[in-house]
Amino acid sequence: MTVKVSRERVILVSDSARQMDERYYHLLHQLQAIDFVLIELNLFLDTHPNDVEALQQFNHHVQERWRIAHELERQYGPLMNYGHSFSGFPWQWVDAPWPWQV
Amino acid sequence: MWIYEKKLQYPVRVGKCDLKMAKFLMEQYGGADGELAAALRYLNQRYSIPDKVIGLLTDIGTEEFAHLEMIATMVYKLVKDATPEEMEAAGLGAHFANHDRALFYSNAAGVPWTAAYIQAKGDPIADLYEDIAAEEKARATYQWLIDMTDDVDLQDGLKFLREREIIHALRFREAVELIKEEQERKKVF
Repeated sequence: MTVKVSRERVILVSDSARQMDERYYHLLHQLQAIDFVLIELNLFLDTHPNDVEALQQFNHHVQERWRIAHELERQYGPLMNYGHSFSGFPWQWVDAPWPWQV
Repeated sequence: MWIYEKKLQYPVRVGKCDLKMAKFLMEQYGGADGELAAALRYLNQRYSIPDKVIGLLTDIGTEEFAHLEMIATMVYKLVKDATPEEMEAAGLGAHFANHDRALFYSNAAGVPWTAAYIQAKGDPIADLYEDIAAEEKARATYQWLIDMTDDVDLQDGLKFLREREIIHALRFREAVELIKEEQERKKVF
């Protein structure tokens, strides 16, 4: 636990909220970008289920998404709970930073 | 069943400590056309809507929770280093007295969220028109919020959310057509 003084107020900074490096932000942005493509295709397919081209694009991006998510998780810990991601030791799910902390 | 993913849907950055915006952003957190109302509205309508559009309601309803988390992140980042004096000066004195810097499901005027904000009529067309209206109202609110700040970082996140409202409204309009087609088919046979 470190203490920093900001605007005359003492703020406790938990050291579990580790600083994330440039690589983390790079991979995170890549994942957010491909997930944007996937959510768009997903919603489009919900109302256009017979669009073969959209479906092909969707399945292609699913595969690419796996690759990026795996790379991010390998270096920075699990993205998902309840058994959808592997964890290193000790249990990494509870580690900061949480999404609003980065 | 829902699974949480430890990331925001889109990056949220704030360029400066614009506390007044934290108060205004609450409209999209716990307001009538905010993200909480949207998520609960769509997910609740799924049980009485034709099968054809349950997937769409599930997906958009789930995305709304991701948007709720983005709004929460904006408010959190804006208020986390504020002093009580600064909170009061920004019109957040009453909020601070009750909640400190905690978030709460209320609108920009401090009125707590209520289930009366959402409708469930059990009529697919009525429900989907309600959803389209909700998306258009949320889009308008995002535009007002964008106009109220000169923080380009905050505007970036708000513009993303505004665009999502447009897409959702479009998909709901298509869902109305799918329902109408189905109703027509039933009349023919």
